[in-house]
Amino acid sequence: MKKEGEVRIPSGCAVCGIFARDGRSINGEVIARSIALMRNRSNGLGGGFAGYGIYPQYKDYYAVHIFYDSLKSREECERFLDSHFDIINLSKIPVRQIESITDAPLIWRYFVSPLVHKIQDSQLDENEYTARCMIRINNQIDGAYVFSCGKNMGVFKAVGYPEDVARFYRLEDYSGYAWTAHGRYPTNTPGWWGGAHPFALLDLSVVHNGEISSYDANRRAVEMYGYSCNLLTDTEVITYILDYLTRKEGLTLEECANVIAAPFWSTIALKDRDEADRLSYLRKMYSSFLITGPFSILVGFTGGMMALNDRLKLRSLVVGEKGSTTYFSSEEAAIRAVEPELDRVWAPAGGQPVIVTLDEGVCV
Amino acid sequence: MNNFSRFRINLRKEDCISCRSCVKQCSFNAISWNEETKSLVFNHAGCTDCQRCVSFCPRGALFITRNENTFAPHSLYTEKVLRELFIQSETGGVLLSSMGSPAEKVPVYFDHLLLNASQVTNPSIDPLREPMETRTFLGRRPAHAQRGTDGKLVNNLLPHLDLQTPILFSAMSYGAVSLNVQKALARAAEKLGTYFNCGEGGLHESLYRYSANTIVQVASGRFGVHETYLNSASAIEIKIGQGAKPGIGGHLTGAKIIGDVSATRMVPEGVDAISPAPHHDIYSIEDLRQLVSSLKEATGYRKPVIVKVAAVHNIAPIASGIARSGADIIAIDGFRGGTGAAPMRIRDNVGLPIELAVAVVDQRLRDERIRNQVSIIASGGIRCSTDVVKALALGADAVSIGTAALCALGCHLCASCSSGKCAWGLATQNPELVKRLDPDQGADNLVRLVSAWTREIKEIMGGMGINSIEALKGNRLALRAVGLNEKELEILGVRYGGE
Repeated sequence: MKKEGEVRIPSGCAVCGIFARDGRSINGEVIARSIALMRNRSNGLGGGFAGYGIYPQYKDYYAVHIFYDSLKSREECERFLDSHFDIINLSKIPVRQIESITDAPLIWRYFVSPLVHKIQDSQLDENEYTARCMIRINNQIDGAYVFSCGKNMGVFKAVGYPEDVARFYRLEDYSGYAWTAHGRYPTNTPGWWGGAHPFALLDLSVVHNGEISSYDANRRAVEMYGYSCNLLTDTEVITYILDYLTRKEGLTLEECANVIAAPFWSTIALKDRDEADRLSYLRKMYSSFLITGPFSILVGFTGGMMALNDRLKLRSLVVGEKGSTTYFSSEEAAIRAVEPELDRVWAPAGGQPVIVTLDEGVCV
Repeated sequence: MNNFSRFRINLRKEDCISCRSCVKQCSFNAISWNEETKSLVFNHAGCTDCQRCVSFCPRGALFITRNENTFAPHSLYTEKVLRELFIQSETGGVLLSSMGSPAEKVPVYFDHLLLNASQVTNPSIDPLREPMETRTFLGRRPAHAQRGTDGKLVNNLLPHLDLQTPILFSAMSYGAVSLNVQKALARAAEKLGTYFNCGEGGLHESLYRYSANTIVQVASGRFGVHETYLNSASAIEIKIGQGAKPGIGGHLTGAKIIGDVSATRMVPEGVDAISPAPHHDIYSIEDLRQLVSSLKEATGYRKPVIVKVAAVHNIAPIASGIARSGADIIAIDGFRGGTGAAPMRIRDNVGLPIELAVAVVDQRLRDERIRNQVSIIASGGIRCSTDVVKALALGADAVSIGTAALCALGCHLCASCSSGKCAWGLATQNPELVKRLDPDQGADNLVRLVSAWTREIKEIMGGMGINSIEALKGNRLALRAVGLNEKELEILGVRYGGE
């Protein structure tokens, strides 16, 4: 059977997220309990989490999580890392051996800082340099796969049910102000850990439920800007589009939502002139990044989180609020599982982004 | 000679009422009336099988067949080959032909491509219940978004074309077709929210009012090109070549340069209008850049410039050069593209099918990271809505149709355009024949045709779970191939069915 990336595998899914606007730390066990409730939306072929604010002691360094197929690939990759970064700390990611998670690769974590003279030589900024290095590892070093490389955040994922993945990675040992989680229902059995979600580039992570019908149009468009879609998954292409639009084109997340889940022309026509001009501009300028077909996504980034549905709302997505905490989920029940008494709960309309950020003055 | 005619005119005598409608309708003098015998006389050799007489026979008494007379069968020297040898040994001339190439051995790739649909894992979308968007923009996009000092996005988009459906009408010049044809196209384009292209014969003043739906052409003959002409359009097309005759110029005989045709083309009456094979001010790509700039200068940078080329072997680098010349849109005309007149050997042997051309150009422009700088219009054998969908999925932004549009106006592809005797009143300047097309009725037919295609496109998109045309563009996973070899799959960038 072909590995993910050699073949495109559609999947259904469950997603959920928790965000503390006051910046307080939430234990990883909470998000695990939330996603566990939606077990029947997954099929045991992929689960994962992204936590923000989980590495305060190393917050100025890129936290690089890598799967290795073999010792040889680790040695080759570490040579590459060594020649491009200062490695401040390296270790195996601690895991708990459990029966339901098998065939684990070697899982390593590095805290790194780009070599200053290398950055200067490359004429790139620190983020672009790091992103390119990570993409290069994934493309060129056989058996090495970087699945997380942001600052003060980290992705943990595996083939298995999400609650088992949480136990495997000892998620209760991590706390942060934001978490997203994903349970996957792929219609194929890749059995490859890299194919699980969240998908992340630098501090941007995406969990996604859906199957986008615009996939190849989007993929071929974003690949023009130097990205390489190796996994052939929706999540990967959405992550790259968002990275391109925010980091390289300087769009806000709300503008990104107006691009990927653009309002219909008939809706734009009803807006006042300035708004109609703005929305038409975004649609025309970035027409090949319009995403059609069902999706609900949670986008994690440093200091914030965005939830977004496709413009027809073909996938469920619910938002709940309690005090300074915002919850997102495919099903309301998964929110109630960890916070039964909500101040407010609603289902955002298709194409309407819900963006939460840390309260003013909060540092993490 | 009737013995060797291609077609036979047949009459069911018992049905004929001797109304002589067929005599009146036949513009090729193939049917006449013998007053003495009170019967129809058929000159089979004159018949082009244009179906005009059949259409107008009130009793359905007429029908045309192939001549049953058979040349000695030979797999190499077929009847077609023999006929051509005989004609050339008799006339000493270049063989002429009209309409797009029927070459049988050149694959029609559209027919080897199958479309996708949603099942279970994602929903199909019902176009009767949900918005289904076919609105299309053609033109150059700036490299990056720009913000003003107030932080707001600045509209730095360049002039572009705005279509309600990704289908335009191909260039057909006044002279090659009648003014009524152009009127029908212009009115239909206005109703449909798309564009017609006046071709290289200038723009008749009565059409100036359709400027919001007009593309004017600047071809090698520069007929009828002046400042008002350029400014009476929404876009300007520099015609380098045409799919039916890549590398070949044009020749409109003096017989057709009469009255308004002469005035509109700015060519004296009775003088042949010859379009040189190349533009004599474009011998190289940097010359093209200068012409693009000159035209933009002449129109105040308010109109996008299209460069139309025939699909030839190195179309990908050519397109790349055009994209870098300042052109906003590249129109690629494929091997099957139609024409009023072309040397048959050229039409049937030069160029590339549009499917291959679109695929390689789209990929090449992406590889060079300049695909967003230009739009691509594909033409040359777009017969139906699925051809449109497939062309878009391969990488075109829009298509243009010529032959299909003419068929909506009555054309039956008899391919006798160059004779000037078009019985349907399309490819002729004969005032009696021209009257046969009512421009309003013609426009209605065109509107119905394009609306029907657009409806079908929406159904197909909905089936694929796509609700906006931009999500279809370059979406090659929406296609699978059957009956093609690996090389063809590689060039088309399409997977085999079942993969």
